[in-house]
Amino acid sequence: MTKKIEAIIREERLGDVKEALRAIGIMGLNVFEVKGRGRQGGITLSGRGGPYQVDLLPKLQVNIVLSDHNVDAVIETIRKAAYTGEVGDGIIFVYPVEQVVRIRTGEVNREALMYPNDIDSK
Amino acid sequence: MKVLDSGDTAWLLISAALVLVMTPALAFFYGGMVRRKNVLSTLNLSFITIALISVQWVLYGYSLAFGPDKGGVIGGLAFLGLAGVGTPSSAYAPTVPHLAFAAFQMMFAIITPALITGAFVERVSFKAFILFTLLWATFVYDPVCHWVWASGGLLTRIGVLDFAGGTVVHITAGFSALAFAYAIGPRSGFGHTSFEPNNIPYSVLGAGLLWMGWFGFNGGSALAANGIATQALVTTNTAAAAACLVWMLLSWLDNKPSVLGIVTGAVVGMVAITPGAGFVTPLAAIAIGGIGSAISYYAIKLIKGHRWVDESLDVFACHGLGGLWGALATGLFASTAVNSAGRDGLFYGKSGQLLVQAAGALAAIVPAMLITFGIAKLLARTTGLRVSTGAEQVGLDISEHGERAYP
Repeated sequence: MTKKIEAIIREERLGDVKEALRAIGIMGLNVFEVKGRGRQGGITLSGRGGPYQVDLLPKLQVNIVLSDHNVDAVIETIRKAAYTGEVGDGIIFVYPVEQVVRIRTGEVNREALMYPNDIDSK
Repeated sequence: MKVLDSGDTAWLLISAALVLVMTPALAFFYGGMVRRKNVLSTLNLSFITIALISVQWVLYGYSLAFGPDKGGVIGGLAFLGLAGVGTPSSAYAPTVPHLAFAAFQMMFAIITPALITGAFVERVSFKAFILFTLLWATFVYDPVCHWVWASGGLLTRIGVLDFAGGTVVHITAGFSALAFAYAIGPRSGFGHTSFEPNNIPYSVLGAGLLWMGWFGFNGGSALAANGIATQALVTTNTAAAAACLVWMLLSWLDNKPSVLGIVTGAVVGMVAITPGAGFVTPLAAIAIGGIGSAISYYAIKLIKGHRWVDESLDVFACHGLGGLWGALATGLFASTAVNSAGRDGLFYGKSGQLLVQAAGALAAIVPAMLITFGIAKLLARTTGLRVSTGAEQVGLDISEHGERAYP
């Protein structure tokens, strides 16, 4: 079974999150720039006419497709690396994935997700 | 007293405007190189320097720098508030109003501390920066400017040649940048995170405007609209061009010719020609710019490659070493055939000037580094020199200015 993890994190935590994922053997991921609103409630910026409230803040969405048995370890890794303790640290969603196909080789599912030194070879 | 010449005065006033625009140009040159979250902060470091030093210069900066000499060291307080500095000319520039000369010089006093900002972007506290700039202008720029350019200044007395500020501007700024970088420490993540320039087009635009402004920086330093100003304009353009091509070649040999490198090369060439612009030939300018470019190129490779220090935007390699090479090169290539008010360098038969240039450079380097390091450490202990780690991670635009560059 294959799953997709969507992790919405702070922009400035991306470096640490990528590094932590690399350390456990997760190399494949992609990153979206998103704007979002949650409990943080936005911030106050200064403009020429005085302060104003901005409630959609820039965050990053990190997408990882991986085998079922690795999901818990990866969620733990992301939580530790993305954590600051302040409201606005983010949220993680997990979805099922129907099929994976590697474009260059045509490999499907498990084989399509494997590469040298990945998490399943450790 | 000579009569005021409207051509000289017009050229000097235009040059003052040209040199002024070099500071916003520098703001963009640097701004393009930092990460997106620090663009506004970086632009502001240069921009606010215009405001800070413009007032400081009027209040007492000009007086300390160019007031009647006291012991070769400083100018004293005779021109406090620009008292007595008005329409009649001065001995410094006999055909233009004294005030025009003071205004022109102010633009140099402004851009010099702005140059240093490249060393400490993305982590310096705005408050500490304001205090540093005012203290540095008072205790480094104004005295060194006096030593090199005031009549009676101790380096003027030994015959140091500095046409437009190789020692006064580039050596002081470049070596101070190095000292400050050691004092403030590296950016968080330095060494294992890649810091990508957020907007190289800004840097290209900034470099282009610096090139145009430099015609005022060097050309205006002739303090007259004459043959020497023309000489300086041509040597400046030639040195920039030669340096630009050399950097392109070196960067091409290493990998692909980087556009950021190409424009940096042009800037370095102009740094190198600054002390000698009105004393050397255009042919000499090719050598001065070209060699200066190679020196700075390899210095950056060494310093950044080995990560000896996070002197973020390479101010030391470009301005410190570029200015030092330029000062020494002036001792090689200066010719009285080009400028009878100058001296002859080694290649024109006189070996003494090279030693004088070296002495002048050293006399600027040592106090600049020591005083800068001292001020920085003092600020670190009192107001704090850098922002908190959290603020640094979020970015200075939001944490220091409450603004975003690109919403």
